[in-house]
Amino acid sequence: MNRLPFVALALAAAIAFAPHSLAQTAEEQAALDAEAALLAEEEARLAAEEAALADDAPVRDPSAPDPAPAHPELRPVLEQFGGRAGLDALMETFMAGMLADDALRPFFVNADQARVKRQLAEQFCVILGGDCTYSGRDMKSSHAGLNINRAHFNRLVEVLQDAMDQHGVPFRAQNQLLAKLAPMHREVVER
Amino acid sequence: MRHPSTLPRTIAGAILAAGLATAAHADDGGTSRSGKLLLTGGVSQIEGAAGGGLTPWAVIGGYGTRDEIGANAFYTRVDVDDYSLDSYGVLVGFYDRVELSASRQRFDTEAVGAALGLGRGFAFTQDTFGLKVRLFGDAVLEQDTWLPQVSVGLQHKQNDQAGVLAFIGARDDSGTDVYLSATKLLLAQSLLLNGTVRFTKANQFGILGFGGDRNDDHEAMFEGSVAYLLNRNLALGAEYRQKPDNLGIATEDDAWDVFLAWAPTKTVSVTVAYVDLGNIVIADHQRGVYASLQVGF
Repeated sequence: MNRLPFVALALAAAIAFAPHSLAQTAEEQAALDAEAALLAEEEARLAAEEAALADDAPVRDPSAPDPAPAHPELRPVLEQFGGRAGLDALMETFMAGMLADDALRPFFVNADQARVKRQLAEQFCVILGGDCTYSGRDMKSSHAGLNINRAHFNRLVEVLQDAMDQHGVPFRAQNQLLAKLAPMHREVVER
Repeated sequence: MRHPSTLPRTIAGAILAAGLATAAHADDGGTSRSGKLLLTGGVSQIEGAAGGGLTPWAVIGGYGTRDEIGANAFYTRVDVDDYSLDSYGVLVGFYDRVELSASRQRFDTEAVGAALGLGRGFAFTQDTFGLKVRLFGDAVLEQDTWLPQVSVGLQHKQNDQAGVLAFIGARDDSGTDVYLSATKLLLAQSLLLNGTVRFTKANQFGILGFGGDRNDDHEAMFEGSVAYLLNRNLALGAEYRQKPDNLGIATEDDAWDVFLAWAPTKTVSVTVAYVDLGNIVIADHQRGVYASLQVGF
């Protein structure tokens, strides 16, 4: 991430030297063009890397617990959720519920909702012993500075319970998932 | 004879008013004052504390979280074979830390009163003031540890029939119970467990006074509850409450019940139970129905 300024500097240098290069031979000009193309390519690669980091590359705070600890014994519970497909469908209802809730809407209205839904489905899938990979950040980093309180946390649980009810997830299966999510209040709730 | 009517009512009114005023104030943060999850505040036990029907739990009543204040009022009717008991009161939970409660229990002796020469329908009335403080733990959210939520509480009780109580051998018309409660929700099992140790010398919850000719010391009594969550709104459970046996005139038995608590919303809950209070004075096997309504604010 810190390499961007150097790339910019290198590009600036290339541009600064460009007028001088006009006086050079065609051979030298071609070499400089190739160098500039390489630099542009490198910049694009770094920009993509930066975007990926901001988007969904897992950033893990070493002091935060594993956001998606796998519980293979909960695989039957995942089946009760309808597997990964069931979780994806659940997230549509869950996100709609949060956006419809006055207390929760501010946290999601400007978020990349597609990404949040995908990562929540991944996270729940991994926790329930599914063959998924969680691509999101840890719970501490992803909720830092959001000023989330207990009432927000509990409200989210309620909206999730409503969504699980709507999708016909048995109450006991719901509780088995919630039992794994509940301790995350330590990383999520700030005050 | 003391008349407990006016002062307790004033205190109860003040607690409720303070709770409502602060609850309204706490409501301006964009979050509701009912941030706790359904049924996790318990219902109102017979002496007004948040808990099951017979025993207090470590939970702080009302649906307020640690940023909020919650309040509720309850009315409970217990109708056993030869007696009836009405209990009503208010409770305010402050920031999921402190719970204040005020309640009144009226015990109607019905026909037994006549048999004892007290008169048919003779009633003992008791006022109870409760304080509960959460020491540590969170019964609901700490699902990766066995550590329960633990609270300490007291219930100060004042009975209005000092003369009759002295006559039957009770040593006092007022007394203070101190209790320690541990509550744990085992969410993955949909099971809520509670254990309470109460240091008390109350006879029949205090209805028959405090201490007696057999014993006049506080004794440790165990109380337990187990509740299975059938769904978000419905819990099925059972309770046991050990009681002292201080009076020479009659044996006192332990009490138990089987209950169904239903909370359609956070503002209303209804609890019905089949309760066995055992022997009460000259009437054995006092079993019957317990019904309780709680309204939250």
